Amino acid sequence: MRGPMKAPTRAWKTVVGVVLVAVMLFPVYWMFNVSLTKTGDMRADPPHWFPWDPTFEGYAAALGQQLPALATSLFIGLGTVALTLVVALPAGYSLAKLRPRGAGVMDFLLLVAQMIPAVVMAMGFYAIYIRLGLLNTVAGLIVADSTLAVPFAVLLFRAFMAGIPRELMAAAQIDGAGTWRTFRSIILPLSRNSVITVSLFAFLWAWSDFIFASTLNRNSDVIPITLGIFRYIGNNTTQWNSIMATAVIASIPAAFLLVIAQRYIAAGVTAGAVKD
Amino acid sequence: MAALVTRAGGARGRSRQWTALAFLAPLVIYLLIFYAYPLYRNIDLSVHDYTPRAFVQGDPEFTGPANYLDIVSDDTFLRALRNTALFTLGSIAAQYALGLGLAVFFHRHFRLSVVLRALFLVPWLLPLIVSASTWSWMLNSENGIVNSVLQAFGIGQINWLTSPDTSLLSVTIANIWLGIPFNLVILYAGLQNIPDDLYEAAGLDGANAWQRFWRITFPLLRPVSAITLLLGLIYTLKVVDIIWIMTKGGPADASTTLATWSYREAFGTGQPDFSPAAAVGNLLILIAFAAGLVHVRLQRKEANA
Repeated sequence: MRGPMKAPTRAWKTVVGVVLVAVMLFPVYWMFNVSLTKTGDMRADPPHWFPWDPTFEGYAAALGQQLPALATSLFIGLGTVALTLVVALPAGYSLAKLRPRGAGVMDFLLLVAQMIPAVVMAMGFYAIYIRLGLLNTVAGLIVADSTLAVPFAVLLFRAFMAGIPRELMAAAQIDGAGTWRTFRSIILPLSRNSVITVSLFAFLWAWSDFIFASTLNRNSDVIPITLGIFRYIGNNTTQWNSIMATAVIASIPAAFLLVIAQRYIAAGVTAGAVKD
Repeated sequence: MAALVTRAGGARGRSRQWTALAFLAPLVIYLLIFYAYPLYRNIDLSVHDYTPRAFVQGDPEFTGPANYLDIVSDDTFLRALRNTALFTLGSIAAQYALGLGLAVFFHRHFRLSVVLRALFLVPWLLPLIVSASTWSWMLNSENGIVNSVLQAFGIGQINWLTSPDTSLLSVTIANIWLGIPFNLVILYAGLQNIPDDLYEAAGLDGANAWQRFWRITFPLLRPVSAITLLLGLIYTLKVVDIIWIMTKGGPADASTTLATWSYREAFGTGQPDFSPAAAVGNLLILIAFAAGLVHVRLQRKEANA
């Protein structure tokens, strides 16, 4: 009796769902549309709703001017991922399986760490970096960006590794493996999925970071793409197709994640400790 | 039992503790250098008078609570406090309501539901600079698509970002749009944990969709809702980028929040004024911590339940 009742309701829901997505993603479509609009048509009234007569001058300008910034962002993202994993993986293992004294305090500290506004961290880093000569350096930015991901990463690894059966570790230890060997040959391979989730988020946060880049790196010649776009907006407000083309290119990692790694994203968000 | 073994093992237990600490050491060192020290520096900034010169030479004048008194008596303070409250509460209330509506909508599978739900994540994954600049152009007074559509309905030009009456509303709308995916995903996960037989029983009792929502979904979702709202509060309090990119807090402070005020004083003008900026930042931390303590308590309560 339920079967035939359900089918029409669900078809109706698909239609509504498509409309909702269209409304929600309209700004994304608009970014794309503007990126293909000719400079002369930019201020047309009414605006051109579809890129019938597309131009790639925006993309040419974006790639011509922003390629170094894209490379810098890629490098910073990968550096942030590496630093985050190096710090968070052993810590997650220790908290989940080795149970050091003070593990409860560490949980609390990691939660607190996530509440600190980035602007406050930026001022602290600025005060430190100015003395150490780390302002306007890529290394300094990688360190600052990693603070966005490390607490989240430790909490996620701890939660995941707590689920690894003790028997697996015990078997390795009977075979004579020390704690380090157990970590490397049992825990790390089994944690593959959570490593992917953490890496994706650490990369995305570093790639998207604006606050640290605009404070710690603002006088640098080597800037990430977020700062590249920001300077673009400040410099030439008429070239919106170039700005939007750069924005489209800067969104590629997000699109990639959504298509390739959607299940890892959902896993990360529901871990409950995610920035928005 | 493991604890007993550790205690009985004496030397072995102690060596296990050392191993545990060795694995934890990178994190502890990391937190000390890259969290504790910047925070300490920030407090240090707020109780001195740091000029750019004093920064380099390291000889600022100690001023005690003067910076805090200055900012609290500043004209901007009350406006920033009010804007922070409006921006934060407006954002999380709307994000939650829309996120919950969408979560309920996607709760039962239908054709394409998985793909459509995934597409809702897009705003959250985009770099903020991308979303903020797109919204800026859409809300542009002369050439923005929003005004152009409104004009078709006979509504005259609204200066979304450049009028003090609408700039706070504009950045709030953009921020709501950004926060919907986060709310949707968490609330959707919460819905999955409500047992199906409750709905079936209610259906047998003749409850309609509206009654099922208010009698089953909403009450059972309360713990998840509380955590979603609190995380939203903590994250929204510290938002700088979206506001800074769209309006720089203007015009005339109309969209300045505590976080953007702090950012502006330190980095937004040609003349960095770190000491008051740090004081504002520390006030913001206090507010976030108060919310955070509630969050931790709620999580404990839920874990014990």
